[in-house]
Amino acid sequence: MSSLVFVQILNGLQLGVLLFLIAAGLTLVFGVMDFINLAHGVQYMLGAYLAVAFYGLTGSFLVALVLALAATLAFALALEVLVFRRLYGRDHLDHVMATFGIILFLNHGVKLAWGAAPLSLPIPDLLSGSVSLMGGLRYPVWRLVIIGAGLAVAAGLYVLVGHTRIGMLVRAGATNARLVSALGVDISRLFMLVFGFGAMLAGFAGIMIAPILSVEPGMGDTILILAFVVIVIGGIGSIRGAFLAALMIGLVDTLGRSFAVDVLRLFMGPSPARTVGPALASMLIYVLMAIVLYLRPAGLFPAKGR
Amino acid sequence: MAAAAPIDLGPAPATARAGIVVPGLIFGVLAGLPIAALVVPENYLLDLGTRIMIFAIAAVALDLVVGYGALVSFGHAAFIGLGAYAVGMLAAHGIGEVLVALPAALAASVLFALATGAVSLRTKGVYFIMITLAFGQMAFFTASSLAPYGGDDGLTIAARNTLVGIPIFKYPRGLYYVVLAALAGTFFLCRAIVASRFGRVLRGAKENATRMATLGFEVYRFQLVAYAISGGLCGLAGFLLANANDFVSPAYMSWQRSGELIIMVLLGGIGTLYGAIIGAASYLLIEEFLSRVTEYWQVIFGPFLVLVVVFGRGGLVGLFAWPWRRRHG
Repeated sequence: MSSLVFVQILNGLQLGVLLFLIAAGLTLVFGVMDFINLAHGVQYMLGAYLAVAFYGLTGSFLVALVLALAATLAFALALEVLVFRRLYGRDHLDHVMATFGIILFLNHGVKLAWGAAPLSLPIPDLLSGSVSLMGGLRYPVWRLVIIGAGLAVAAGLYVLVGHTRIGMLVRAGATNARLVSALGVDISRLFMLVFGFGAMLAGFAGIMIAPILSVEPGMGDTILILAFVVIVIGGIGSIRGAFLAALMIGLVDTLGRSFAVDVLRLFMGPSPARTVGPALASMLIYVLMAIVLYLRPAGLFPAKGR
Repeated sequence: MAAAAPIDLGPAPATARAGIVVPGLIFGVLAGLPIAALVVPENYLLDLGTRIMIFAIAAVALDLVVGYGALVSFGHAAFIGLGAYAVGMLAAHGIGEVLVALPAALAASVLFALATGAVSLRTKGVYFIMITLAFGQMAFFTASSLAPYGGDDGLTIAARNTLVGIPIFKYPRGLYYVVLAALAGTFFLCRAIVASRFGRVLRGAKENATRMATLGFEVYRFQLVAYAISGGLCGLAGFLLANANDFVSPAYMSWQRSGELIIMVLLGGIGTLYGAIIGAASYLLIEEFLSRVTEYWQVIFGPFLVLVVVFGRGGLVGLFAWPWRRRHG
């Protein structure tokens, strides 16, 4: 039992760091540009699709990873210049409508390009095995690689945002973008940088998860909603909040799904527990979010000082 | 404090005229559609018209809170789903009486709106969008787990509701006119609300909540009541939708549906009420015709939405009203 819990904790961590990779960009775009980007989830999907495509061309995971990252970045920058740049400072509703349109376009565009059937990306041979944990349980290496990569990105972001000049500008932008602009910083270049970097992180998440999940249209939609839950709980604009909230959501969701039925059986018969359990598990994170927002209407670590 | 806003001298003449002419045109066309359906010998037109009007009811209800209260709800599909599930669950127990099912649908959606609104309205702006989304997702997952009522697969309704034994929904034409009456009722109710003192407080709070609070209004209560009315009207739309489709499913409550409702309101032109009807009609008609051209109609529709946002501020109504404004303004 205890080793099973341990495995689920690892799975929860893996979902958590994945969510962090997506939420980090989302929270910065939100915090710095005050822009609701529903299309952030399709960047994640696009990363996965591009990785599959480049893998098909080159046969090397590493090359596919690099090319897919570059392509995701290029696509995000093009999107920023062509569309999003015109919408900063507009009403949030305009953001919702435009990015919803982009979701529709890309979700169905990938069907045109690659077909509606799910695709898969093989795990690199070197990392395809599993390691044995305590109690003789085996755990896939690739999931550990995802956790490691996610934590490395988190550490990198911590240094980048907390201890560099550009990070200082980003933090200042999240607190008061107009003031930063008035101080002579080229805010539109900063916006473009943040946007491209955030989208690339989402693409990276998509590439890393592609060997485990199937690559299919709409795969970004579910994860987008989870990422929104993360950044709202963490406090919009806060990388630290996003990190902690992502791990919290990852663990709560995974452990809830694994053990809700068992826990409920302590209180009720096995049959109602099997009915209520899964429903409660799917709802758990939304309940958590509602409670957090009820107690702290601006999330746990609000970036805007006011 | 924000600078004093310019005094509102009421709507400009062109807008006022549009407020009479456009709804008149809309309801004229809708009332006349069944006559055209006599020439086109199929129920296709009536089905499409019915579907458009049902979503128009929900869109008008959403416009009431989004357009006049700046309360951007991203979970309004849940209210439609609740209304629909009230019909479906009662029908599963053999109850098909409108006088039972309609109050049940309204009560379920209004109570859900009051409960979730009480929590959501503590937050503002983006947080409000997200918390309503969260409540919508909760309703979605609850519906998905209702194993006795079909779970993920949804629930087929054996017989449409009857009004004291009269099968008012049985024939397409009857259903059409009932839905038309419901849409007209919704539209004029919302219009009356917007014009009333209640509506002015709501609009005042949209402009500046602090000022309204300083004037002595408990803004929170006004917003909560508006939210509940809006939720209840979406419950009405759900009630009609269940009867029109003979089917309910958790998909009615998905967040994409909530997004579509927002798009309908924006597409038609926010804060006009009749714009929401035009938006719902445009959305569903574009879907209808593009999906005949290509299976992947969203590939065309997506960029179209982006273009409307970038170039047509104020949605389609704004786009079409532009030459008018130029001439008369």
